[in-house]
Amino acid sequence: MGMTITEKILAAHSGAKNVCPGDIINCRVDILLGNDITAPISIELFEKAGAKRVFNKEKIVFVPDHFAPNKDIQSAEQCKRLREFSRKHKIINYFEVGRMGIEHALLPEMGIVLPGDLIIGADSHTCTYGALGAFSTGIGSTDLAAAMINGKIWFKVPSTIKINLYGKLNRWVSGKDLILYIIGKIGVDGANYRSMEFCGEVIKNLNMDNRLTICNMAIEAGAKNGIIEPDKETLNYIKKKARRKYKMYKSDSDAKYEEILEFNCSRLEPQVSLPHSPENAQPVSEVGNIKIDQVVIGSCTNGRITDLIEAAKILKGKKVNPNVRLLVFPATQAVYKEALKKGLIDIFIDAEGVVSTPTCGPCLGGHMGVLAEGERAVATTNRNFVGRMGHTKSEIYLASPAVAAASAIMGRIASPEEVVGK
Amino acid sequence: MKLRGNVFKYGDNINTDEIIPARYLNTSDPKILGKYCMEDIDRDFTKKVRHGDIIVAGRNFGCGSSREHAPIAIKAAGVSCVIAKSYARIFYRNSINTGLPILECSEAADEAEMADKFEVDLDRGIIKNLTKCKTYKSQPFPKFVQGIIRAGGLMKWVKAGERE
Repeated sequence: MGMTITEKILAAHSGAKNVCPGDIINCRVDILLGNDITAPISIELFEKAGAKRVFNKEKIVFVPDHFAPNKDIQSAEQCKRLREFSRKHKIINYFEVGRMGIEHALLPEMGIVLPGDLIIGADSHTCTYGALGAFSTGIGSTDLAAAMINGKIWFKVPSTIKINLYGKLNRWVSGKDLILYIIGKIGVDGANYRSMEFCGEVIKNLNMDNRLTICNMAIEAGAKNGIIEPDKETLNYIKKKARRKYKMYKSDSDAKYEEILEFNCSRLEPQVSLPHSPENAQPVSEVGNIKIDQVVIGSCTNGRITDLIEAAKILKGKKVNPNVRLLVFPATQAVYKEALKKGLIDIFIDAEGVVSTPTCGPCLGGHMGVLAEGERAVATTNRNFVGRMGHTKSEIYLASPAVAAASAIMGRIASPEEVVGK
Repeated sequence: MKLRGNVFKYGDNINTDEIIPARYLNTSDPKILGKYCMEDIDRDFTKKVRHGDIIVAGRNFGCGSSREHAPIAIKAAGVSCVIAKSYARIFYRNSINTGLPILECSEAADEAEMADKFEVDLDRGIIKNLTKCKTYKSQPFPKFVQGIIRAGGLMKWVKAGERE
């Protein structure tokens, strides 16, 4: 019987020839990831277990990105813990402030994660790397600690939902709109424990940045992983980055799916997810007159160069509404530099927005843009839960960089077409 | 292992930002995390909760972030067990790994009300609502997972030599 791409990668890393949904397998891990929030717990557990060395100093990646640059003394202590452990154990892939970025933008950009890999990370958005044709999933600090010692993790093989996206996308409809739409259709636990395999002509025509956005939010439907079969675009993306071998897996034509969903995307509008759940997705034209106080463009979901280019197309030559604060976060130092070179940073600053160093900051209400009581934000981030960006009586509307930029200018939730036409 | 406590009842999709808001994640000290447990969904939770009390919730409990601080905070607040209709997968795994007992039981979750008295037999998966005089059966953890819970989490269990 045929296997899906997810089953093939899991089988290859468990030493089995075949695996089926429900099998419990022990897998070899290619890359392990931790950040300044989750890794300190793992380090403590690692040391308490009496472990003397990590299983492989090249396969562990630590990125202080959540509350970095250090937002307060306690955060500074957590980052210090990461730094000191990395020095002691000669962790090659420790990325210090100035050399870092938001982890899920940084790892693909650096060629650290590659097609066919099995990746675990103590961060729920680790599912991002499925866009490269890898099996990648979020875990907790304990699982990370254990894998730091022996390089292994057990999994129950998930069943797969195949999501076929067909049609031709309207201008201003991006990967973010597609994933918000899908989550709106299936709900925040619509793919719980399962794998989401995205395919179809729409996916084929999307660039890697948009694919990364889609897989990034698979967790928002509860999925264990999101994945896209590698193709020419994948090869094109990794060819200058890969410094080790990789393998491009594809699902067999007779692979078994738990469910196959088909969506015609030709008439899709940009989407907005209303408070307080990513599943509250609506076409932007139906949202109504919602005044806003802040716009955040960035995060592991939408802080890549494609995202900044889209936002800049809308903001060019315009000013942000006087009642709105626009915050732009290039996701990595390299994205920041490229945005500078392309003149995007000028566009943002001329529009009277601020541009920040890479950080997860406001996405989880950490720092650099926390909301007060009653304030509303449009954000290109991934969660709009109660209190996520600040006060429990603040509100977050999730959207694409284009919708966020248009909203910043209009001072209310707005479609890009209202600013720059069709 | 038998647990007894009062019910704190919540709805569907309780996420990890509600269980422990990110503004407190600049520490992983269980004592501090426990003080802010459930703050964004129930401001009075930590004032009212007593050692041994039980959280009962709907579908997809613990969705969102992978922060292990969530089960750590629940345990540190004194909660002895969570009963829900279903769990988000990372939270489920994190709970076992940190030694927080969790059970799935839709009927018990549907019929429970705030402040009901519950008794839970973890080894057998038997849940009793003493206030409503009702008994429910849920799938108990397999023996080795019960061992992990008893040891206080995966790493402690491994260190103890997987005796159970």
